[in-house]
Amino acid sequence: MSIVEMIERLGALVLDGILQLGQFVMFLLGAVFYMFVPPFKPRLWIRQIRTIGADSLFLIILIGGFTGMVLGLQGYNTLRRFGSEGALGAVVALVLVRELGPVLAALMIAARAGSAMAAVLGSMQSTEQIDALTVLAINPVQYLVSPRVLAGVVSFPLLTSIFDVIGIWGGYMIGVGLMGAPSGAYFNRIAATMTGHDIATGLYKALVFGVIVMWVCCYKGYHAERMATGVSRATTEAVVLSSVLILAWDYFLTSILL
Amino acid sequence: MSEPETSAKAVNGNADANAIEVRDLRRRFGHQQVLDGVTLDFPAGQITTIVGPSGSGKTVLLKHLNLLLRPDSGTIVIDRIEVTKLGARGIDAVREKFGMLFQAGALFDSMPIFDNVAFPLVEKTRLSRDEIAKQVRETLRAVGLEGMENKFPSQLSGGMQKRAALARALVHRPKILMLDEPTKGLDPSRTGAIHELIRRTQKNFELTAVMVSHDVPAVFEVSDRVAFLHQGKTRLNGTVAEVMAANDEVFKRFLAGKASGEENETALAG
Repeated sequence: MSIVEMIERLGALVLDGILQLGQFVMFLLGAVFYMFVPPFKPRLWIRQIRTIGADSLFLIILIGGFTGMVLGLQGYNTLRRFGSEGALGAVVALVLVRELGPVLAALMIAARAGSAMAAVLGSMQSTEQIDALTVLAINPVQYLVSPRVLAGVVSFPLLTSIFDVIGIWGGYMIGVGLMGAPSGAYFNRIAATMTGHDIATGLYKALVFGVIVMWVCCYKGYHAERMATGVSRATTEAVVLSSVLILAWDYFLTSILL
Repeated sequence: MSEPETSAKAVNGNADANAIEVRDLRRRFGHQQVLDGVTLDFPAGQITTIVGPSGSGKTVLLKHLNLLLRPDSGTIVIDRIEVTKLGARGIDAVREKFGMLFQAGALFDSMPIFDNVAFPLVEKTRLSRDEIAKQVRETLRAVGLEGMENKFPSQLSGGMQKRAALARALVHRPKILMLDEPTKGLDPSRTGAIHELIRRTQKNFELTAVMVSHDVPAVFEVSDRVAFLHQGKTRLNGTVAEVMAANDEVFKRFLAGKASGEENETALAG
């Protein structure tokens, strides 16, 4: 291969990357734009909030509970070394509200609802159902993607809040109930330490993660290749990319919001 | 290679008689020129079937006619409207004039048959629930699917799914019906039944039908006209009798199920 060919290939690769990034961004902008354009379909929004939100509730409660229990156990054993068992409530709550709540909830929802979403849209793409919508003069982005992004924006902060509350109770159950940390101090220290800024930080993160997960999962499903492996590949890529972006953005958001 | 003998017989036909007119349509994907100057007329009230070997551009042509793709050059006139330069709203207005039956039906698998068929009316009209229900039941009866309203697409056979998809394409009473391989994946007896249904529906609803099919020569029995595409061009175009009588080696080879080496390569690539 000559050097000119190598440069040509590299150029084509870069241009293709820029094109795909542009498509990816335009996809989100289109979805957001069509949220504010009639016809409005509240029943689609509600259906998606149920699918992403209500249907993920059990998983969120389960994972939130166990995360809090682990934090209670580890937190108690660590704090006891410094004679600070009384700070257990504050530690569990701050770690959950600022960090673990939004991140773990988002990862769980990406794995459950995001993967299902990518699979549904991918299957619709491969069986020409998205083309059918277009031919019926219905904008598929407005009909399929906008309600899902909106549902993500609504559901993620709510599910994260539930995750946090359940986690704090899980920490209480183990730290206080099992290990013997002081009961009154657990909630008093939370009230004394936790600020509105901490709660807002967690909710901002949840909101951003909601957009990221819905955006990535819808994009990957919507653009699934029309071949036997298209749907499975789209689903895998959706979950992997969502997870990576959640963790990467968590770092940037933490840097900004700290 | 011999030139087409009955080609473009109606190319210069008048706009009143033609529901769709295609002129010098060209479309390239990467290095492949898929449509290379297709010129075709689709007379109103007739079934025109587009046939040709794999990779000849049939489905791509249909995707231009139903406005899923835009050409690199050339024009398409649908019901006297030049559609190639229309904006999104104009395109949607034109799309309401036609119904489309996709290869695999493209029924929404999350909805029962009733909702699938009602979908265009629910989304695009202000008809009352009762009016929609009446129209859906009438259309389902017309395609022989009475009593199947509450079934989901996955609970129906392939032939029934095609019928349901046809009902959805017809429910808003379009002027033009486009069919992409309507009998693909069906056994010969069901193929015959679907062909018969298409013919009966086209007459009852007074439709102009554009059909892409591999089912030669069976599909000619229900067609008024045939367009034979070859290497992105209209090689033959005329009534069924005219096309069948054409002394064209490529078409004869196609009918006999034989392809040249070049065609084989195109088919494999496509």
